Amino acid sequence: MSMTMSQKILAAHAQVDEVRSGQLIMADLDLVLGNDITAPVAIKEFAKFGVDSVFDPSKVALVPDHFTPNKDIKAAQQCKMMREFAAEKEIENYFEIGQMGIEHALLPEQGLVNSGDLIIGADSHTCTYGALGAFSTGVGSTDMAAGMATGKAWFKVPSALRFHLTGKFSPWVSGKDLILHIIGMIGVDGALYKSMEFTGPGVSSLSIDDRFTVCNMAIEAGAKNGIFPVDDTALAYLAEHCKRTPIVQKADDDAMYDATYEIDLSTIRPTVSFPHLPDNTRTIDEVGEVKIDQVVIGSCTNGRISDLRVAAKILDGKKVNPQVRTIVFPATQEIYLQAMEEGLLKIFVKAGAVVSTPTCGPCLGGHMGILAEGERAVATTNRNFVGRMGHVGSEVYLASPAVAAASALTGFITNPETIEEK
Amino acid sequence: MKAQGTAFRYGDNVDTDVIIPARYLNTSDPKELANHCMEDIDATFIQKVKQGDIMVADKNFGCGSSREHAPLAIKTAGISCVIAASFARIFYRNSINIGLPILECPEAAAGISAGDTISVEFSTGIITNETTKKSWSAEPFPPFIQKMIHADGLINYLKKEVLA
Repeated sequence: MSMTMSQKILAAHAQVDEVRSGQLIMADLDLVLGNDITAPVAIKEFAKFGVDSVFDPSKVALVPDHFTPNKDIKAAQQCKMMREFAAEKEIENYFEIGQMGIEHALLPEQGLVNSGDLIIGADSHTCTYGALGAFSTGVGSTDMAAGMATGKAWFKVPSALRFHLTGKFSPWVSGKDLILHIIGMIGVDGALYKSMEFTGPGVSSLSIDDRFTVCNMAIEAGAKNGIFPVDDTALAYLAEHCKRTPIVQKADDDAMYDATYEIDLSTIRPTVSFPHLPDNTRTIDEVGEVKIDQVVIGSCTNGRISDLRVAAKILDGKKVNPQVRTIVFPATQEIYLQAMEEGLLKIFVKAGAVVSTPTCGPCLGGHMGILAEGERAVATTNRNFVGRMGHVGSEVYLASPAVAAASALTGFITNPETIEEK
Repeated sequence: MKAQGTAFRYGDNVDTDVIIPARYLNTSDPKELANHCMEDIDATFIQKVKQGDIMVADKNFGCGSSREHAPLAIKTAGISCVIAASFARIFYRNSINIGLPILECPEAAAGISAGDTISVEFSTGIITNETTKKSWSAEPFPPFIQKMIHADGLINYLKKEVLA
């Protein structure tokens, strides 16, 4: 057999010894996820099945995170529909405001993701959980409905691209810079329909939060999933969060890859995606003078505690540029609390930033930081499409928390290496 | 089954945020969604589109979000078929699941201009540009997906195959 790590997980869930790329399979799901935008459509489709209950109330997760706390009456109606469905179907993993967090930070934190799992979510950034060695991928609402009813989904088995990592990041360089670099290299459809598998000695130097960020943006290269090997770092995270015994799948030594990219992490520079596609990347040394109006630090890509620590380190004892609205979104309540206990929230507020409750909010132009015509934001989010954060004439520059925080201080896209620490 | 209509022509990487901007996703009503379809890159699309018209684009059509609201808005706006050089995978999957016919054919995409009259024969995958009299043959769906289309979408297919 010569299967990739992703193929091994798919084969195990289709109860077959082997799968080949291109093969269509029906596979058993460990978790089905939806949010306040996608679940209402799925709930309507679910009704068409004519079944009374979901396949397993412990394996469905519903997270109202996009337009919450409800931004308007229509959003409130959508959330109400989801809340009532969760109660009626006795969904165990429904997270009300107060327990809620941004879904892709929340689910691993709450122990709902195990290595070796097969997970679908009606949200394109469901690919995040590959950081823990799970096969997870985004689907639409009808797939979510079918998954809730049957516990199954169909998959076309993907081939894979391998990213063989060596070396270590320089200071102020993070997982965000790595994934932006990769997307810039292969393009927004560079991994279309494929797995992105990360291997090599460089993996061990990446924190679990770096890996979440890298896998989170696999979709921005068109990938079906991104996945890391299950090493000590992943096992330590799982031991802390997930009650289940880890399942460790490994790629075969003779696994076939469509291509292998060698990446020396020490050569990665802080990287920025210019409007209006994530593959429009420049290193920080090439950005030139770009004046900004807003900084957003947060999202399912970069709203974790290590992201907030990096931002706080840069902002500590300083003031943001008065012309830059700086908005920080801890991704979950636990992260919020931890940031409070570590004194990070105080640093943000004293620096003149605002700290918001967890929400997807401005990342998708929902609420809590919408841009006017002609305005520019540096955001640690994942997409910079036309109109993504507001007016069609506004611009989003994707970057790491370090670049975003440094830029908040100066009012221009700024290299964090040039900021003097307190 | 045949579709015929006027081509609306778009470029590379048409993303789900321009197909249906997130600011309108506080509803799941297909008609309301359709009213805002494509408005950020083609403000007059919804006024001009007629039932049966065809959408044509270059590579990676539908990239970005998993929102099924995107193919739903296109279908409800009256588009009978989307032809592109390539599709983003979640959009492709969602379109099949909701019954919006989509065909991957780089040659046809390259040979169609805005306003051309296009006809598509779904059983054979033959795409004809009636304006220029050129035709192309799109890759047919694999049998598994044909069965799903035959069953009128994923839900009916699964009801028959899995829950029965």
